[in-house]
Amino acid sequence: MSGAPHPPPKPASADDTAFKRELVALIPHLRAFARTLTGDPTAADDLAQDAMMKAWDARASYQMGTNMKAWSFMILRNQFYSEKRRSWRQSQLDQEAAERTLVAVDDPEAPVALDELRLALNTLPEEQREALILVGAGGFAYEEAAAICQCAVGTVKSRVSRARKALQATLEKGGFARDGRAAGDAMRSILAAADRLSSARQG
Amino acid sequence: MTDNSNPPGKPPKGGPGLEEARLRQQAIGVKLRHMFDEIVNEPVPDEFLDILRRADERSSGGSDA
Repeated sequence: MSGAPHPPPKPASADDTAFKRELVALIPHLRAFARTLTGDPTAADDLAQDAMMKAWDARASYQMGTNMKAWSFMILRNQFYSEKRRSWRQSQLDQEAAERTLVAVDDPEAPVALDELRLALNTLPEEQREALILVGAGGFAYEEAAAICQCAVGTVKSRVSRARKALQATLEKGGFARDGRAAGDAMRSILAAADRLSSARQG
Repeated sequence: MTDNSNPPGKPPKGGPGLEEARLRQQAIGVKLRHMFDEIVNEPVPDEFLDILRRADERSSGGSDA
C-alpha cells in the first residue's frame, strides 16, 4: 500500500510548486487555528487536512502574492462551519472536547495557566473566540480577521473586545476551576506565567 | 502646569483598577499567543504531507497506483 515506490511525478507547474511550498509552511498555523475552533486535537487535524485539500483544489483561484494565510484560514473556517451545520453533535462535543484537549496538553512542561486559559476560551461564544484567536494569537489585523470571518471590521473589533472582557472575568471568577483551587488562582497563575514568558522572550 | 497625573497617595480616577486590568489583559494576551504558538511549533503529522503529495500526483496526471 504505502510501500509502493512513487513514480517520478510529472513536472508540476512553477505556480503549483510555489503554492505547495507556501501551503506546507502554513500547515502548522492551520492546525493551531483548527484546534482552537474545535477544541479537539483529532477533529482539528481532520479539519485542517480537509482545509488543506480544499485550498489545494482551489489553488487556481488564489492569486500568488496575496495573503495566503488569511485565504487558507478562511477556507478552514468555512469548512468548520459547514461541517458543523451538517453533522456535528455539537453540545456533547464541546464538553468532551474540553476534557480531551486538557489531556492532549498534559505534558509536565505545560503550565497550569494554559489549561485554565483553554477552559476559559471554551466558555466564550464561538464568534468571540475565533475573533480573539485571529487577532490576539494569529497575528491578523482586524481587517484581515474581518475578511476571514466575512464580517465587518467593526464587528470583529467589538467581538475581540467583548471576548477579552469575558475572558478576564471568567479567569478572575475562577468558576470553572477544577481540583478545588481557590477563585482567582487562575488569573494569578496566568499573570505569573505571562511574566515568565515575556521576560524569557526579551532575554 | 499640571505635572504627573499620579499625585502620591491619590490614584487617578479609575485608579489602580484600570492599570491592573491592563496588566491582566496583557498577561492574557501573552498566554494566548503562547498557547497558539505551542501548537504551531508541534511537529506536523506525516499524514498532512502524504495527503498533499497524493493530491499533487493526482493533479499532475501521475499514474494512479
